[in-house]
Amino acid sequence: MGSITHQEIKGEFFKSKIGIAGIAILGILIFTSIIVVVVTPVDTFKEWNNPGKWISYPKVAIPVWINLFLSEKIPEHKILDTPNVNYDVSGDISSTSHQFGINFDYDDFPNDFIYEFSAKYSGTPLLQMDVIRPDGIRLKLLSTSMPHSDSNSIHSERVFSTDDTIRKNLYLQSNKFLFSLSNLSSEDIIFSKTEKHEPLKGNYIFLINMYNNNSENQIQESRLIIGGKAFGIMGTDELRRDLAVGLLWGTPLALFIGLVVAIASVLMGLLYGVYAGYRGKKTDEVMMRFNDVIYALPALPFLIILSVTISNSIFVMVGFLMLFGWVGIAKVARSMSLQIKTRGYVEAANMMGQKDSKIVLRHILPQLLPYAFASIAISVPAAITTEAGLSFLGLGDPSFPTWGQILHDANTYGAAARGLWWWIMPPGIMIAITGLAFVFIGNALDAIVNPKLKR
Amino acid sequence: MITLLITIALVGSNMDNILKQGVVFQVRSEITENPAIAESFSSVDEFESFVQTQIEQRIKTLGLDEPWYSPQRIGFTMYKILFLDFGHATFLTSDSGSSDVKEIILEKLPRTVLLFTTATIIISIIGIFLGALSGSKVGSIIDRITSSFAIISSSFPVWWIGMLMIFLFSFVYQIFPARATPLIPSSDPNYIVSLLYHMTLPLITIVMIGFGSWAYLVRNFIVGIMQEDFIIAKKTMGINQKKIIYTHALKNAAPPIITILALSLSGSLGGAIITEAVFDWPGMGRLYFEAITVMDLPVIIGATYILTVFFLISIFVADLLYGYFDPRVRTG
Repeated sequence: MGSITHQEIKGEFFKSKIGIAGIAILGILIFTSIIVVVVTPVDTFKEWNNPGKWISYPKVAIPVWINLFLSEKIPEHKILDTPNVNYDVSGDISSTSHQFGINFDYDDFPNDFIYEFSAKYSGTPLLQMDVIRPDGIRLKLLSTSMPHSDSNSIHSERVFSTDDTIRKNLYLQSNKFLFSLSNLSSEDIIFSKTEKHEPLKGNYIFLINMYNNNSENQIQESRLIIGGKAFGIMGTDELRRDLAVGLLWGTPLALFIGLVVAIASVLMGLLYGVYAGYRGKKTDEVMMRFNDVIYALPALPFLIILSVTISNSIFVMVGFLMLFGWVGIAKVARSMSLQIKTRGYVEAANMMGQKDSKIVLRHILPQLLPYAFASIAISVPAAITTEAGLSFLGLGDPSFPTWGQILHDANTYGAAARGLWWWIMPPGIMIAITGLAFVFIGNALDAIVNPKLKR
Repeated sequence: MITLLITIALVGSNMDNILKQGVVFQVRSEITENPAIAESFSSVDEFESFVQTQIEQRIKTLGLDEPWYSPQRIGFTMYKILFLDFGHATFLTSDSGSSDVKEIILEKLPRTVLLFTTATIIISIIGIFLGALSGSKVGSIIDRITSSFAIISSSFPVWWIGMLMIFLFSFVYQIFPARATPLIPSSDPNYIVSLLYHMTLPLITIVMIGFGSWAYLVRNFIVGIMQEDFIIAKKTMGINQKKIIYTHALKNAAPPIITILALSLSGSLGGAIITEAVFDWPGMGRLYFEAITVMDLPVIIGATYILTVFFLISIFVADLLYGYFDPRVRTG
């Protein structure tokens, strides 16, 4: 080696197919992480463990696209927050009406529905909730007076489908249905055919009216959630978190961990090994014995001890991973520099009285650069999987949603036993894809650095 | 030794705190159980000072008044460890209920050896043959499949594949049990059968992930050796391909292969932590993890010691074997 120039490496690299594939995957990953980092500021990472942010999402919902492969469509979880708003004033009484249209085209009943609103009013307005079904039947759901207030105050409320008044109101209209409504929940009644208990497909309109005698009163925020069993591209987990968000946030984190650890430990190892090899004799002996000591430490147990006793912050963890990463590279770098230092130009530089540091940095290190790039690429996946493993054991940084963290949660909530494949598969596949990208690049570089392996 | 020192340094102070708190708790609970003691004091201060002296006395008898880094305590611990006397575990017990660290480790170690050593041996056998096969036919379909399988499998974490395997084979197709711990007591004659049955799923997983990279390594050695002059000479002499590979090429590839085998055998003992956690395999890895999470110092030290000793022994053995297989490194 050493006789290969950088142009040649570049040329050779882009000739190998897996090298290009690796670069392409890496490019996509970097692109995603840049978008994620730009679109969502770092602070929102911390929202991952804040249950309040995820409250309107469904529990363990299957990804939506699964419906494409099923003949019986699973109801999607829908969050409707843009109602059609109408104001109407007739005499003394003014009304605000919010309409939510929903196209219900599934073969199962929704889980529940929740209406969230906040209204600004004075007096005692009347809140009415109706639903117009695709078959034209209009069901009265709720008719209730809101708490009295003298001044213009803001009132927020959530109306749940489990509300007893809704159930009672529906029982009162049981003559519209040909079967017994007892023991059925309100969403099962609303979305059912009249002749038998099967989901009725079509367009439903949820009408929410607020009647009062004060035209300034209005509903400010209004949101209707139809609770389904499918949500988002990647589904949700037990804690209602959108897994797509977690997976996206995991990308920059994994790249950060992998790249920082790999680059730093390869640099450390290179400098250490080259220096030891170049100085030789006593220095070499001492430095290599120290290297052996670290080499003999069992890495994973020590990482666990360190993260339990010192800190499990992601940045400290990166440091720990570096501590164990440089050892093998230092060994190889040393043996390489032993070879290089016998070359004429190094000896010439030495005789000309150049400083040691300059010889190492100027004349020996550049020769090792191709090897360094290859080993950076190869050690990235190791760093990512080790971090994922630690997170999987529950020793990761809880404030960042890494892929290992998601898998850890999946394991604690028994995702495998419950068949929640969308919770287990994607994080692992992401880890593997990221690893693969670097392994591809590393292999392509390796084939150039060690031409013996080619053919 | 240095490994141990670092371990003690890392967990020592925490351990002392836990032990001290344990003593405080012990004293307090003794008093609450025995209200007569509390009633015999007239003021709260007097009571508090009594409790304090009690605590201090006990700490002194346990030797906790000196910090963990005092030469006396470290020296004493080291001396005991040299003779495999790890003392008693603070929290963990073996399945038979003993809290002697040596017994706990002796109970768990064979299980880890059983699972991971079997796996490593299977992996290496498959790996060597597949590697030799694909190394002799570079560019063939087998070679391509092996190489790409190696690359792909090396980037999957074993424990994730483990989760998938549990999902597939324990819940979707109920062939194997999800938890790897046998339910039958160890005295039962069917215990071995049950243990082996429970072992199948982890074993398959480990082998599946492991053999690809092995085959790839062996392949690369063989490819290197097949370009050597003496092999080409043999080829021109007309010795058949199979014989060349299995007698001459593999023999020359043996030294690095044996080094890797020795290292992966010993590494399998410690690297098993996560895999054992996934499959709930009651071996060393899980013991280690449990010990660290509850900060059970004697167990941590004992397990680290055993793992490091195994590691060093295998490096040593690998060196010896290296000299045996590769006469070039012999000196004098």
